[in-house]
Amino acid sequence: MGQIAAAGPQAPSVNLDKLDFMTTTLDAAIGWSRKFSIFQYPFITACCGMEYMATACSHYDVDRFGAGFPRFSPRQADVLFVVGTISHKMAPILKQVYDQMCDPKWVVAFGVCTCTGGFYDNYATVQGIDTIIPVDIYIPGCPPRPENVLDGLMKLQEKIQKQGLRSTQPSAETPA
Amino acid sequence: MSISATLSTKFSQEVTDLKEANGQLWGYVDKRAVKKVCAYLKNDCGFNILMDLTCVDYLHWEEKADRFEIVYNLYSMKANERIFLRARVSEDDAVIDSVDSVWPAANWLEREVWDMFGIRFTGHPGLKRILMYEEFQGHALRKDYNYSKRQPLIGPKN
Repeated sequence: MGQIAAAGPQAPSVNLDKLDFMTTTLDAAIGWSRKFSIFQYPFITACCGMEYMATACSHYDVDRFGAGFPRFSPRQADVLFVVGTISHKMAPILKQVYDQMCDPKWVVAFGVCTCTGGFYDNYATVQGIDTIIPVDIYIPGCPPRPENVLDGLMKLQEKIQKQGLRSTQPSAETPA
Repeated sequence: MSISATLSTKFSQEVTDLKEANGQLWGYVDKRAVKKVCAYLKNDCGFNILMDLTCVDYLHWEEKADRFEIVYNLYSMKANERIFLRARVSEDDAVIDSVDSVWPAANWLEREVWDMFGIRFTGHPGLKRILMYEEFQGHALRKDYNYSKRQPLIGPKN
C-alpha cells in the first residue's frame, strides 16, 4: 500500500485504506509484466515437439504461466523455444530466426539434442545450439516430461523477473 | 518357369551367384547390365516396385575385390515376391547406370547414395545431394570418413 510521508506540521491526515494504488520500482514492474506475457516461437524440428504439444495443451496448460500464445512470426515473439535436433543444414535458419526477434528475447533449449547434440554425435548434428545462439534455459531430457518443461518455464520467469529493464543481449558478440 | 530359372537362362553372363535364402532370391548382377536386367524384371517379370536402392561400403574386407556394392531391393506386388540384386562397384570407377528411367522411385534413392557414398549414376536427371548441403566435402557414410569430422555452415568447427 502507498506510503505517505508527513509533510510538515499541517499535513492532512490520510486514510490509508481508501488509497487504491501501490508503488514499486520500474524494474520490478517491467519484469513482472514480461514474465507473465511470454509469446513463444516454437521452433520445432523433431520428436520433442510431441512433448511440447502435451505441455501446451489443456492437461498441463502452459497458459497458466502466461505463455499460452505461440506466435509463428519471430517479430512478434519473446521466447524462442528450440525443440528438437538441429542439423548443420538447419543452423543458419535458426540463427536467422533468432536475429529477427526483437529485444527483449530469450532462448529455451528444449530437449537434450538442443542442449548438447544428445546421442547424435555425428557429422550432421549441431553439438548444442549454444554454439550458434545464446541460450537462457536448458531443459534436458529425451524428451523432457511436461513437468520438467514447466519447471524450466518457471525458472525462465524468475530470470525474466530479475532481469528487469536490462537488455537481454549478451555483452559479447554471439558466435557466428 | 521360376524367376530364378528365367534369370539364369536369359542373363547367364550378367546375373550370377543366384541363391534362395529365407524364401527370397539373392543374386549379383554385372554393373554394365544393371539397367537391362532391371527393365526386364520390371516389364516382363512384374517386379513393379523398387523397395529400396542402397549401397554397402566393404572397405578393408579381404574377400571383396570391389569396395562398394549397390543393392536393389525389388518387389512384385502381383506375385508377392522379392528379389535382392547386388552390383559390384569399384572405388576407382565409382559409376553405375541409373535406373531412374525404369522406376521413378530410384531418383531420390540414387541421390541419397551419391550424397552418402559418392557413387555417380549415369543418366540420372539431376544428381545432386539430397540430405547434406552442397558445401559439404566428402561423403559421410563412407567408412573412411572420420566420424568426428564436422563441417558446420556456421558456428565453431569441431
